[in-house]
Amino acid sequence: MTHEIPIGALSRRKPKHTARTLPVSETGERLRTSAMIASLDAEGRETVAAPFGHALCELARIREDIVGLTADLSKYTDLHVFAKAYPDRFYQMGMAEQVMISAAAGLAREGFTPFATTYAVFASRRAYDFIVMAIAEENLPVKIVCALPGLTTGYGPSHQATEDLAIMRGMPNLTIVDPCDAVEIEQATHAIADHPGPVYMRLLRGQVPNVLGEFGYRFELGKAKLIHDGNDVLFISTGFMTMRVIDAARMLKSDGVDCAVLHVPTLKPLDVETIKAEAANRGRLVITAENHTIVGGLGEAVAGALMRSGVLVPFRSIALPDEFLDAGALPTLHDQYGLSVDQVTRRVKSWMDN
Amino acid sequence: MERQREISGSNTSLAQRAWAIRRNALLMGEVQGQGYIGQALGVADVLAVSYFHALNYRANDPEWEARDRFLLSIGHYAIALYAALIEAGVLPENEIETYGMDDSRMPMSGMAAYTPGMEITGGSLGHGLGIAVGMALGLKRKKNPAFVYNMLSDGELGEGSTWEAVMSAVQWKLDNLIAVVDFNNQQADGPTTNALATGTEAPKWEAFGWYAQEVDGNDMSALVEAFDNARNHPSAKPRVIICKTKMCKGIPFLEAREITHFIRVEADEWAKALAVLDEDKPQ
Repeated sequence: MTHEIPIGALSRRKPKHTARTLPVSETGERLRTSAMIASLDAEGRETVAAPFGHALCELARIREDIVGLTADLSKYTDLHVFAKAYPDRFYQMGMAEQVMISAAAGLAREGFTPFATTYAVFASRRAYDFIVMAIAEENLPVKIVCALPGLTTGYGPSHQATEDLAIMRGMPNLTIVDPCDAVEIEQATHAIADHPGPVYMRLLRGQVPNVLGEFGYRFELGKAKLIHDGNDVLFISTGFMTMRVIDAARMLKSDGVDCAVLHVPTLKPLDVETIKAEAANRGRLVITAENHTIVGGLGEAVAGALMRSGVLVPFRSIALPDEFLDAGALPTLHDQYGLSVDQVTRRVKSWMDN
Repeated sequence: MERQREISGSNTSLAQRAWAIRRNALLMGEVQGQGYIGQALGVADVLAVSYFHALNYRANDPEWEARDRFLLSIGHYAIALYAALIEAGVLPENEIETYGMDDSRMPMSGMAAYTPGMEITGGSLGHGLGIAVGMALGLKRKKNPAFVYNMLSDGELGEGSTWEAVMSAVQWKLDNLIAVVDFNNQQADGPTTNALATGTEAPKWEAFGWYAQEVDGNDMSALVEAFDNARNHPSAKPRVIICKTKMCKGIPFLEAREITHFIRVEADEWAKALAVLDEDKPQ
């Protein structure tokens, strides 16, 4: 009996998009796909230009062991600022993430502290084995700093690193940081350089909002920080979702829902003690919020830590769905996938009502 | 930094060194009753020339800053490198009996954290040459005249990351980088040239911008000349020595066996192989 390849097998693939007419908004404007270089929507806040690039220059001024590498993305990771200030300490490795990571490991072996930059998709997906075996297995002080984390571009799954934290969390020795804003990026750049082991840091680049300045925030590697207190809901958030939940908390306040915000910039090692203490306090609804798939990120890390600690509280998660996401304009996509302030507010109210 | 030669001027010939490396490897294979002995016997001459002619190192100080770095990509060749490190005095001879045992400093696949003189963790192929690029860049930054050697296998030339590193080494003019390819034409599933490595000999490396030499990897004087050429070559090109070796070299009854990646040696054959080697000890 022969087994023929069935005609139409390809129909099991993801279906093609259907033809659409252009939507017309009330104002007559159309939202365009965000360019890869687009800065995160500042939402009326003051912004700081290229905080990572400038912090790295400041660091390089006092530390001769700092070197920078990129795989053809210096302009899109703010490393061009460093490259211009310290051309002889900058290595353009070309469009070759594997050798960039391996070479960073080699430079670290010779006593340097390399900062290697690319997009989060390329570091986490393409260069994974090289980060594991050349860097993490020997606990070398290489800092991998990656733009376009989670859903911060409208270019579709090729550029949307929606699962980078899940991939990276499984790697022993690796410290993982997801900063919220320009203030935190600046402080974290110094802190991760001082850390003796490897670090994966998610990066917001270009014009980056200043959000945490008004709270007198200080970044400490491995520490979760209470941004403000509240009696009804405890947000446990990371990355730019902390700015979203801060704004959502303001809106919810006017609806009589009092929210605390616990910011967790270091995903690994997780500050279990602080998370446990806050979650166990007052029996508030605990809601995690992250710019990442629901699989294997902050939400599951916090849930696991709380269950293992015997802290059993009402628990919800705001995260991206376990799907390949659409292309489009970033504000549209954040609304569609639940990361916008409006969507966070709406969902919290619905949870409070039930 | 002054370049110093630290190799002792002993009268022991390279042939005697290679013989001792083969013997150490067979003794380790006997301990476990298995091992990548085919590769170790095949590459013993290349390691003898590396450790007793070319490399600059201090046996009692494996982290010596001025040492030439020798990076073993191919983790399963650890048995061969341990054999050479023992002969070089970096590892004590009495640890042979611990090879592959729990708590040994000599695990079956080479790892940096376990073994003095083991620069990197190998085993996931296609990593060594990229790390070598970074170390060669680092040495140049420090104005340290040491060389970085990377021993890789012909099968490893199938890994795309190796070719990223090949291009990068040319881009950065790494004349302090010497790749040593053990070309025994044998990978896990059969001949390497039936897979991806066809045509990966000297002309391909030259086309990428390397100074390439192809030698009989079991011919001691040819190896000496090739290593000397590689170190002394005047251009700013990275250097590669492609060593055509014969699996199981030196033990005719194993050489004659059907060639495989993982040579099967029966329990009683280790002693037989050692006896063959002992009869053939160079003077």
